Amino acid sequence: MFSPGGSPRTNCQLLYQHIQELTSNDLRKRKTAAERSMIRLGITFNVYGEEEGTERIIPFDILPRIIQGEQWSWISKGLKQRIIALNMFIDDIYNEQKILKDGIIPEHVVKSASSFRPQCVGMKPPNGIWCHITGTDLVRDSDGEFYVLEDNLRCPSGVSYVLQNRQLMKQTFPGLFEAQFVRPVDDYCSQLLDALNSLAPEHVEKPVVAVLSPGIYNSAYFEHSFLAQQMGVDLVEGRDLVVRDRRVYARTTKGLMAVDVIYRRIDDDFIDPHVFRKDSMLGVPGIIDAYRAGNVALANAPGTGIADDKVIYAYVPDMIKYYLSEDAILPNVPTYVCWDDAQRDHVIKNIADMVVKPANESGGYGMLIGPRASKEEHDKFVELIKANPRNYIAQPTLALSRAPVIIDDHLEGRHVDLRPFIIYGRDIYVLPGGLTRVALRKGSLVVNSSQGGGSKDTWVV
Amino acid sequence: MLSRVADSIYWTSRYIERAEAVARFIAVNLNISMDLSTAGNQQWMPLVTTTGDDEKFSEIYGEASKRNVIEFLTFDRNNPNSILSCLINARENARSIRERISAEMWEHINRFYLMVKDVGDAEGILDDLPDFYEAVRNSGQQFVGVTDATMTHGEGWHFCQLGRFLERADKMSRILDVKYYILLPSPQHVGSAFDDLQWAALLRSASAYEMYRQRFGRIVPQNVVDFLMLDKEFPRAVLHCLTRANESLHAITGSDIEGFTNLPEQRLGQLRAEFAFTSASDIIARGLHEFIDDFQKRLNLVGESIGTTFFSLQAAA
Repeated sequence: MFSPGGSPRTNCQLLYQHIQELTSNDLRKRKTAAERSMIRLGITFNVYGEEEGTERIIPFDILPRIIQGEQWSWISKGLKQRIIALNMFIDDIYNEQKILKDGIIPEHVVKSASSFRPQCVGMKPPNGIWCHITGTDLVRDSDGEFYVLEDNLRCPSGVSYVLQNRQLMKQTFPGLFEAQFVRPVDDYCSQLLDALNSLAPEHVEKPVVAVLSPGIYNSAYFEHSFLAQQMGVDLVEGRDLVVRDRRVYARTTKGLMAVDVIYRRIDDDFIDPHVFRKDSMLGVPGIIDAYRAGNVALANAPGTGIADDKVIYAYVPDMIKYYLSEDAILPNVPTYVCWDDAQRDHVIKNIADMVVKPANESGGYGMLIGPRASKEEHDKFVELIKANPRNYIAQPTLALSRAPVIIDDHLEGRHVDLRPFIIYGRDIYVLPGGLTRVALRKGSLVVNSSQGGGSKDTWVV
Repeated sequence: MLSRVADSIYWTSRYIERAEAVARFIAVNLNISMDLSTAGNQQWMPLVTTTGDDEKFSEIYGEASKRNVIEFLTFDRNNPNSILSCLINARENARSIRERISAEMWEHINRFYLMVKDVGDAEGILDDLPDFYEAVRNSGQQFVGVTDATMTHGEGWHFCQLGRFLERADKMSRILDVKYYILLPSPQHVGSAFDDLQWAALLRSASAYEMYRQRFGRIVPQNVVDFLMLDKEFPRAVLHCLTRANESLHAITGSDIEGFTNLPEQRLGQLRAEFAFTSASDIIARGLHEFIDDFQKRLNLVGESIGTTFFSLQAAA
């Protein structure tokens, strides 16, 4: 919001003025009102490991983050380029594997990824697209540039908060919306429904679409329910579905109803006990068989997670070059892969300055933030890396940009990141803005809601 | 409609109706006990008995003091039928079908739950009981209004109606049963001033006092039984509830209201017909308590058959 000199950036002046006119008491009152309506509306997420049914709101900061239109066009172009290349990569990996044969990515890196699904080799999803819904995490460094921090291609969460945050903001600062050109986000669900409809087998005239959720105890249940509601489709759980003759049906009060397209929010591991984890109670036995037969479309396709692996992430710029003959518009954060001897040595030597992440975790679990960790934690991670080098990547600690946040009755800077959402159906749609996540603890770099992070509305003006 | 969704809509509606009914139970007893307190004749245990949870109560509380009974029936999470438990269950069910009910319905349930929970967490509730139970009753009725005004009157809405009217029929009969328990020790009191007070309080707790007066004028026990059990038009009367539930059941299946195509239609149809062709004097001759006891058993069978016919995931598979 502020330029290095301390004055508000040009595009933030109106907002700055508006906030200046509010007393600190006003600010606090509006913040409380916004949070109260979140509780009243039940905009919550579930916290694992706490008492069953514990729900919390994601703390919401009512100061929006503003991104200039021109900068957004550039980001949006970069995201489209990236998702095209990633989809070509997934399709290649499960079919011809040209990129491996040409030696652009070492074969062992792909085959050793825990998200690589040999069961998906030879699959051909509708229109050749595997990943229909992506949430890509971006960060801004002190140089003002946006970098891709990671790609979330399996079941990316958070878009419901973007849409709800915007609603709350309209209640909180109605005047500002009249004055500013804030790009709307409200058509996300229409875009999503169009994309899902486009996946249905051609002969189906009015496809039956459903959102598949693990159920109300899942941390993202609110989102599953919200998306189904906004699209006007059924929210189903595994126990609602049954496969007969390679076709998926829902159990209804009047018997079985065929389902054509499923936006699944259950991970590969749990979606079909016949194919993946045998002990899973959440999934639908036989659904992958129905998918193979082309009788049901799954978004995102099983196997998509291969491009989600944090080691694979390091190779995305190479993929873009390989498949599109273009340079990546959005750069990666510099990344060291620990399976490589030289890079691993560098990481171990500099561990105190590195952020170390396991290749296959999300939600900020299992990370080391070097500069904030003790000597014992450094040593522990060195051991972990040595024991399983394939599983770790490391990145230098960035000077993540900060945004002002209301703390009690005044403003303080907190680190933020940005998760834009991309839908790949017939066309590619990039939601203008995305979820700005805020590390609420002073100095913290961790923005995940499961780790106490909050959120802000993001305005593209 | 998904079987699981129909199940949850039905139970959401039942639980809200149940919470409201428990509030009515307690309110009528508070009311009666105010008039009876001089006689040192407060009776709280019958309330627990009529909800059918006396074993659980004795296990946890032992003595049936006013405070214990109110705590047990209102805020005790160990009692699955306490008002708070009903709202937790209603909310949990509603949360699992948010995409199928209107946003207003969900918001209302969520607020209703938070209101009861906050009061339960606060101290000194015993001072404000009448207001609190009135708020619960109002919230329950508002839910009905919100549902009626915001949910498409299709299959889901009919499951909502079905749950509500079966629950209401059950609880209406139990409210009458409270009266039976209170009067049982002294049948010679029938027709005394105390007796009149109690019947009036009972009618008020069923929100039926004014409507009863318009229909019958003087308060006569047999007419009260007639009104609350057998009136066709009064929306809390058992016969009316059975009729409405039966209509919704047939709307769901699309079958002829005069016949039956499945077990719940058969059972509910028979039960409704018996109510339609009986009189208050018949009921009293059989014994009110015995009649209600038999009715509740048969109503449970209707509920069971609804579960296996529409909600059981096995049935459709």
